[in-house]
Amino acid sequence: MTKPLVIAGRAFNSRLFIGTGKFGSHDLMRQAVQASGCELVTVALRRVDLDKNPEGDPLLSKLDPERILIVPNTSGARTAEEAVRIARLARAAGGFDWVKLELTPNLHHLLPDPIETLKAAEILVKEGFTVLPYINADPVLAKRLEEAGSAAVMPLAAPIGTNLGLRTRDMIEIIVANACVPVVVDAGLGLPSHAAAAIELGADCVLVNTAIAAAADPVGMAKAFAKAVQAAEEALAAGPRAARPEADASSPLTGFLWEK
Amino acid sequence: MTTLTVNGAPRPLGDAKTLLDLLNALGVKAPRVAVERNGEIIPAAEIPATPVAPGDRIEIIQFVGGG
Repeated sequence: MTKPLVIAGRAFNSRLFIGTGKFGSHDLMRQAVQASGCELVTVALRRVDLDKNPEGDPLLSKLDPERILIVPNTSGARTAEEAVRIARLARAAGGFDWVKLELTPNLHHLLPDPIETLKAAEILVKEGFTVLPYINADPVLAKRLEEAGSAAVMPLAAPIGTNLGLRTRDMIEIIVANACVPVVVDAGLGLPSHAAAAIELGADCVLVNTAIAAAADPVGMAKAFAKAVQAAEEALAAGPRAARPEADASSPLTGFLWEK
Repeated sequence: MTTLTVNGAPRPLGDAKTLLDLLNALGVKAPRVAVERNGEIIPAAEIPATPVAPGDRIEIIQFVGGG
């Protein structure tokens, strides 16, 4: 039997979270989210473009808040101060009190700033936010964020949008072994097999955006990721036998035809 | 003409007396927007009653797709 994922007291039936960026249209995004059974999506905050599109982005009207938890991210923030500002804006605008902390000062590698992330987490936890920090796969930082009251930690598999797969595998194994909060592997997962590998090594969940949104068929890819995650979860529940260095014959080593 | 700064650019204040007037005049219709006035966040429920004045710095933020 597989169990629902629980973060900060809220249960999720799917261990696949989806980011809503880069889809060709909001309808494609909605279809992909629906087809996958995903129950948590991330969104970003940006200025309304008052010249080109003053009406604003209808994104939120495409998502059913009864079924899907909408989690604003702090993308674009370079400092704790900027991230805290974005989180507060999201709360003021729509009552969103979950936040994915994302502090990426360098736009080339988009790797998260650990020091500013920890500072922002400490402030936002005190303000009652449910804080999900996006971090490099650093077990010490993961523990510090957990101690600061983060509801989960979100170590990266590889840099954002690269589809490189689980490049941080060894560090994520250490994070999983020590974490007392759910571990959500975020960023860089490019194929369903990468997501399955993350779940099989003990991660609680994965967050995927580019690999789904930038696929030729995002709805098909969302379904494929959902199946891979589900398969990995069922495999874990079924109790896989540990790997071993020496062969262990599956067929009997007796009764061969050429025995005398 | 009296102006204020909205999302970093100068805009005419026009007849707007409140933030809600300003949003309507600008044509903002997104289901939920976040608004700052002079660096202070204005909760959605307070937008209709919050005054705007010449020289104000206003930020109007929306939710967009993101990972």
